[in-house]
Amino acid sequence: MTGELHTEGYYGRPIVRPPVWKQEIAWYLFTGGLAGGSSALGLAARATGNRPLARSTTLIAAAAVTASPALLIKDLGRPERFMNMLRVVKPTSPMNVGTWILTAAGTAAGTAAACEVADVLPRVRALAQGVAGLLGPALATYTAVLVSDTAVPVWHEARRELPFVFASGAAASAGAAAVILTPGASAGPARRMMLAGAAGELASTTVMERRLGDLGEPYHSGKAGMLARVAKGATAAGAALGAVAGRRPLLGRMAAGLVLGGAVAERFSVFRAGFQSAEDPRYVVMSQRDGG
Amino acid sequence: MRHPARAGVAGGDLVSAQPRVATEAWPETYGDEAKPRMGFFTDTSVCIGCKACEVACKEWNQVPEDGLLFTGDSYDNTGRLGADTWRHVAFIEQDRPLRVGGEDGDGEPFRWLMSSDVCKHCTHSACLDVCPTGAIIRTELGTVVVQEDICNGCGYCVPACPFGVLDKREIEDDGRVWKCTLCYDRTREGMTPACAQACPTESIQYGPLDELRERAAARLGKVVEDGFAGARLYGEDPDDGVGGFGAFFLLLDEPEVYGLPPNPVDTTRDLPEMWRAAAVAAGALALGTVACLLGGRR
Repeated sequence: MTGELHTEGYYGRPIVRPPVWKQEIAWYLFTGGLAGGSSALGLAARATGNRPLARSTTLIAAAAVTASPALLIKDLGRPERFMNMLRVVKPTSPMNVGTWILTAAGTAAGTAAACEVADVLPRVRALAQGVAGLLGPALATYTAVLVSDTAVPVWHEARRELPFVFASGAAASAGAAAVILTPGASAGPARRMMLAGAAGELASTTVMERRLGDLGEPYHSGKAGMLARVAKGATAAGAALGAVAGRRPLLGRMAAGLVLGGAVAERFSVFRAGFQSAEDPRYVVMSQRDGG
Repeated sequence: MRHPARAGVAGGDLVSAQPRVATEAWPETYGDEAKPRMGFFTDTSVCIGCKACEVACKEWNQVPEDGLLFTGDSYDNTGRLGADTWRHVAFIEQDRPLRVGGEDGDGEPFRWLMSSDVCKHCTHSACLDVCPTGAIIRTELGTVVVQEDICNGCGYCVPACPFGVLDKREIEDDGRVWKCTLCYDRTREGMTPACAQACPTESIQYGPLDELRERAAARLGKVVEDGFAGARLYGEDPDDGVGGFGAFFLLLDEPEVYGLPPNPVDTTRDLPEMWRAAAVAAGALALGTVACLLGGRR
């Protein structure tokens, strides 16, 4: 009852409170990455004169960036007060900083897509595409800072690795989505981005789990563990299939579907791991008693 | 500025200087209106587990019912702090000798630990730092308060708090976050918070933080002298991970026995490191994207 490490805590109750965020936030971790990666890919495609790819990625980015605020607002306890996030500029709050990034990137991506579809105002489109493309990588990675800046051990102690998990996941998602929606002849860069992103995702999650040590247990147990296995399996299978599929449209798109599914599962795995980590007081005690 | 060695990295000065501004600006931001920092000293060695603090808090602050549960965990049917529980009395049963008058009592070794938990009103408050709307503020008394007319229920402060104090109120479609205000409506008028007023043993003491710290140090000396080997102050050290608590404790055992984190930190302390990692990852994503466009033609 009075042993050395009191990992049981107080009647086994959580020390840190698990998040109150619902599934919408896990979906947003995915759509934000997809939007950010697609915007970056769109700008690069435009700059190198790959018009079909520029068009598809611009539309994907707009769709993902439209879904994002909808998901975020739905999760608020007081959705009508969404605008309260824009009443201040607050560098200590990653969510506040992120809301500004999303607002700017979303406006730009939406404008670029509207001009693209209507085929008007080429200069406005170019400017909007530039802004969206430059903000894209920030949009894809700030969410890692957001979840790391909590007292949840599995998130906070992975603060150096999570941005890379999210950045590579964004590359994999954006590449895969573009492979599905771009004519094969123009989809080469998207294929490469998908493969590189998938490889990065597998590598960075492996590094993250290894560095977390015992604190990374949630990635091997329960729902988060199951999702992590699905993510790794789908991503690896998609990457392997994509590598051999080349330009073959059906196989290529099947591979892309697997990579997209893997990226979704990866974000849900990180999301769920946070709950499991906070629910067990053992992790809080371990992270703080080992000098972590 | 807890990472001076890394401050030289590009942009590091700017980024690392900012996170501390919000919480360390007090009391300067209040100018002439600033008052001495007020807080709680909860001396658990004289807590008798009567829960008068819980009742007084609920009554004064009109906090809704938090569930009529039978937990089976000793006399604690409150559970833990939450949106509708701003004081929580913990009951711990231990097979250690009860000490009476400086001596171990007769009979089978058994003792109670009772402790009235509350929001810590940290010097460096993670909840205040991460709040995206500015709903969470530091008052002129140095206490931390959620403004219910600003909070939009984003829930970020909930997992950010190292003590799990803040919680979203789900009843009646409220959706906002609630916690102890240190009875801001009373304290701003110079009155004592309801819980401290109601406490029959002065286990909960309210006053200027400096005074409370002195009183607590003296009390700890006495308790240790009486043979409570495990006694310690928790949260009185301004150099701990949250810069010391505005509401600190005298405990008779390890913090985790009471369900408290042994070494809490304001996670925002590590924010510069996080943004740097994100900046590197974002840069890699941008460069990687360009490389995919330039590399090869298939």
